[in-house]
Amino acid sequence: MQRDTVQPGLRWLEALTASAGLRESGPRTVRLADAPLGGEATRFIAVVPDAANRFPRAREGEVGLEEGWTLALLVRATIAADRGQRPRPIVAIVDVSSQAYGRREELLGIHLACAAAVDAYASARLAGHPVVALLVGKAMSGAFLAHGYQANRILALASPEVLVHAMSKAAAARVTRRSVAELEELGSRIPPLAYDIASFARLGLLHRLISGVSATAPSPEDVERVRGELAAAILDARASGRDLAVRLTSAASRATRAASIAVRQRLAEQWDAP
Amino acid sequence: MTLAGGGPGGLPGRPSFIELSARERARAILDAGTFRELLGPFERLKSPWLELQGVVAQSDDGVVIARGRIGGASAVVAAIEGAYQGGSVGEVSGAKIAGALELALRDCERGRPVRPVLLLETGGVRLQEANLGLAAIAEVHAAIVALRRHVPVVGVVAGLVGCFGGMALAAALCSHLVVTRQARLGMNGPEVIEQEAGIGELDAGDQALVWSLMGGEQRYASGLADALLEDDAEAIAAEVRRVSQSTAAPPRSEQAQRFLERLAAIDPGQPPEPRALRALWGRPEAP
Repeated sequence: MQRDTVQPGLRWLEALTASAGLRESGPRTVRLADAPLGGEATRFIAVVPDAANRFPRAREGEVGLEEGWTLALLVRATIAADRGQRPRPIVAIVDVSSQAYGRREELLGIHLACAAAVDAYASARLAGHPVVALLVGKAMSGAFLAHGYQANRILALASPEVLVHAMSKAAAARVTRRSVAELEELGSRIPPLAYDIASFARLGLLHRLISGVSATAPSPEDVERVRGELAAAILDARASGRDLAVRLTSAASRATRAASIAVRQRLAEQWDAP
Repeated sequence: MTLAGGGPGGLPGRPSFIELSARERARAILDAGTFRELLGPFERLKSPWLELQGVVAQSDDGVVIARGRIGGASAVVAAIEGAYQGGSVGEVSGAKIAGALELALRDCERGRPVRPVLLLETGGVRLQEANLGLAAIAEVHAAIVALRRHVPVVGVVAGLVGCFGGMALAAALCSHLVVTRQARLGMNGPEVIEQEAGIGELDAGDQALVWSLMGGEQRYASGLADALLEDDAEAIAAEVRRVSQSTAAPPRSEQAQRFLERLAAIDPGQPPEPRALRALWGRPEAP
């Protein structure tokens, strides 16, 4: 099938776990596999395309109603299984083209389905699970919020397939009343507007940008390198806090997200009445 | 659960909430005489990104953060100004909301509860700040989930912008969500659905259809919001006061098994009409 050549999410799940992650029940779009990483059992989760998905608006790797709720179910089951013992690492393999856009999706509460996935990943992080997101393809908008953006650490492959943004170019152009060419020109000089991962790295939100690794056809050496990076990120997450404060401490964020830092400092100064 | 009667629009002789600015809304929610704004407009904390694109930046970036009291208890209100850039969330406005919630969390962890209230009036990420808006929204989500373990986080979607995009997820994460009939709550704005999926999927110009899917009354009646109130500032403040002191039920966003069973019972080829969904999921007695 033609799509096989452009499914970095599934390819990386298989490469990292030697499994396609199919479960006995539930949508085939949400895959889960366990594999050792850095000497400990680790849970890997990916959202993948399925041309036969029950909900037609979630057949190309979108996070739809069942995807959001299934992510929530699987992550919550992981938290429950590890209660009272050392919480295992969770790796979200991120290759999600968007949330599902549709009339039935809105009616049936796609916002709540995605919120449920956010809630589960954030709860896992707060329960002490090291949660790591590995961006191997698209990380778009609400789909990225639901699958990856609550991670303790975000890693990305420096590859042209890896894109991060709040909205597709065509829709963003329409909403902002700009042409796609104008959007691309703005993105080339204003980093938060760009889609490419090198620009995203300048925002200071990434823990690591991994270069020289193929997103779509990784070699065994590529896979070993990424395993090493994931294991290091898990150790780093275990050694620090359970919140997202780390995203404001890198040199890149001190430069690009200076306003985010200044707002917090001044709020803290004014928080209690004089 | 609360349901007030009456038709759309403000009630005669009652103070409208929807017509208030974000600052006035925050003042209306807090106990009289306790409003104290943080990072007010004279601080001039503007968006560093808008002027690079020839867009005028407002000196409060469209979010008002106010400390005060609610029913006598220490509180913080984050109110989004829908009249500025569609209530969109940029780096500064998002950091104001996330930062305020993070400080409330810090105080809760120190045994000094602060009651948080979000007045949501927003199209979601501000596309002129794209990835920094999205990043800030992820931080807002993180703070709500953490804070909700200590105190109820109350969300209000009053209208007229509604609440969309990543901020609709924030609304869904709240312990208690209050809407009016003039509110819309949805992940994707109608225009974006039409752009992405075609007019056959959704005609964004069909207002009756859009309201039937994501209007406040439908969200309440199908069990996706906790209270439906008239556009009455005093009634909304009273509801916020009541629920911010109460013990909330387990949040909807934790009920994965229940919602997956509900979805499994639905045929995507023949989804229920909005009114039928009320009988399946919610409050069939609602109007």
